[in-house]
Amino acid sequence: MSVPRFWRRLKNLYNLIGTRCEKCGGFYYPPRNMCPKCRRNGVIVPFKYKGTGEVVTFTIVHSAAKDYSMLTPYILAIIKLDEGPRLTSQVICDPSEVHIGMKVKSAFRKLGEESDRGMIYYGTKFIPLEK
Amino acid sequence: MRDVAIIGVGCTEFGELWDKSFRELFVEAGVSAIEDANVQGGKIDALYVGNMSGGRFIEQEHLGSLIADYSGLASLHIPSTRVEAACASGGLALRQGIIAVASGYHDIVIAGGAEKMTDVGVETTTDALAAAADREWEGIMGATFPGLYAMIARLHMHKYGTKQEQLAAVAVKNHHNGTMNPKAQFQNEISIETVLNSVMVADPLRVFDCSPITDGASAVVLAPAEIAHKFTDTPVYVKASAQASGTLSLHDRPDITTLDATVAAANRAYKMAKTTPKDIDFAEVHDCFTIAEICAIEDLGFVKKGEGGAATESGMTALGGKIPINPSGGLKACGHPVGATGVKQAVEITLQLRGEAGKRQIEGAEIGLTHNVGGSGGTAVVHIFGRDR
Repeated sequence: MSVPRFWRRLKNLYNLIGTRCEKCGGFYYPPRNMCPKCRRNGVIVPFKYKGTGEVVTFTIVHSAAKDYSMLTPYILAIIKLDEGPRLTSQVICDPSEVHIGMKVKSAFRKLGEESDRGMIYYGTKFIPLEK
Repeated sequence: MRDVAIIGVGCTEFGELWDKSFRELFVEAGVSAIEDANVQGGKIDALYVGNMSGGRFIEQEHLGSLIADYSGLASLHIPSTRVEAACASGGLALRQGIIAVASGYHDIVIAGGAEKMTDVGVETTTDALAAAADREWEGIMGATFPGLYAMIARLHMHKYGTKQEQLAAVAVKNHHNGTMNPKAQFQNEISIETVLNSVMVADPLRVFDCSPITDGASAVVLAPAEIAHKFTDTPVYVKASAQASGTLSLHDRPDITTLDATVAAANRAYKMAKTTPKDIDFAEVHDCFTIAEICAIEDLGFVKKGEGGAATESGMTALGGKIPINPSGGLKACGHPVGATGVKQAVEITLQLRGEAGKRQIEGAEIGLTHNVGGSGGTAVVHIFGRDR
């Protein structure tokens, strides 16, 4: 992803800031600026998520796209945040430990890098809550 | 609206075709379709080309013009349009062609699809395909397409007890069908053990659970149903053309094991064709991964939710079974040149309904369905075809 495109998302990726709709109470992460329930009548405001949630489903990726090959094998998961929304991220733990329903919390981590001279992406991954 | 018929079909062989270029592939498929339809090039009113990622795979956009030009049609100045919806680009190009004829805007229309995927390395291919998912919220987190479908598989196994052997049974069946399709990329039998012992791509999906990287093109010629008999004794009629969208990201899907866009498109198609899932004799479905075929037969209503794995294992979807699925070998064995796939499905249905499918012929087939999916389910296109109008 290009630098400006990544830069626009920094606050969302680093601090798990999404949005919520004050009209219907819907929570959105990834952030949406159009409420799918209220659409133009919605009142969208920024919202910082606590960062705790649970694993809905997961996989262990062995074959990755080029900026992510150095991470393989890695655990890719859909996480349901305690406030409700679901997102895609990685879980950092032993692949034998991860399971559906596992409680996790957010952690600031490196997401990937563009070769040895390119940009390094940072963002939010998840670690087991117990630890 | 006018009824529409397919009056000719064409398809290249599918595979790693290093000696053929994108334009050569499309022209080969298009020419065989118009020869099959017995139509002169000058009669063609419009062209629709399904293609996912010419920009990434061959660094070429503006494919509508390229295809018209190299098909020898530039001097006729016919409208030529490239259509994109990731892996559903072909199905969508077909639908655009059908709408053009049904509306009365055009009479003779070519709807085709093509993808040239082997001119770039596998990492670029993986990344280009990942662009069908949400780049900012899935791709950047390391999601790959096998990874997304693996998460569907994991939850399906957790909720419904689906087993790895049942996923493997989809690949074994589709490879068996592929042995009878001279155009298929893989024409060899495999066993359950072949799948279960193959390299892990994204747990629980192994390399034999995944459709391959493929070059290929396919095309159909469409005409108003009332004049179809002028061109062919065996027109195949379009009984329904339906499309639906769903969330781009898998994580936003209300039920991660249900492609709700498939459900919506199928319901619209059944209503339009005045049919039910029970009336469908056979189908070509979007088995980009083995789990995708299991979800497809559930979401299309052929079996109850959660029973797709057991149904496949029982032989219900094999040739000779209650409802044969993917007689062509599907994306898994016939190959998956992304933009061509949705059109190839219609080519297979046409051959089957005309009784020209050779060793894989389904006897007495009257009604066939195609199901083409973009991404993890952000787009679904369902068509129903029949021997009778």
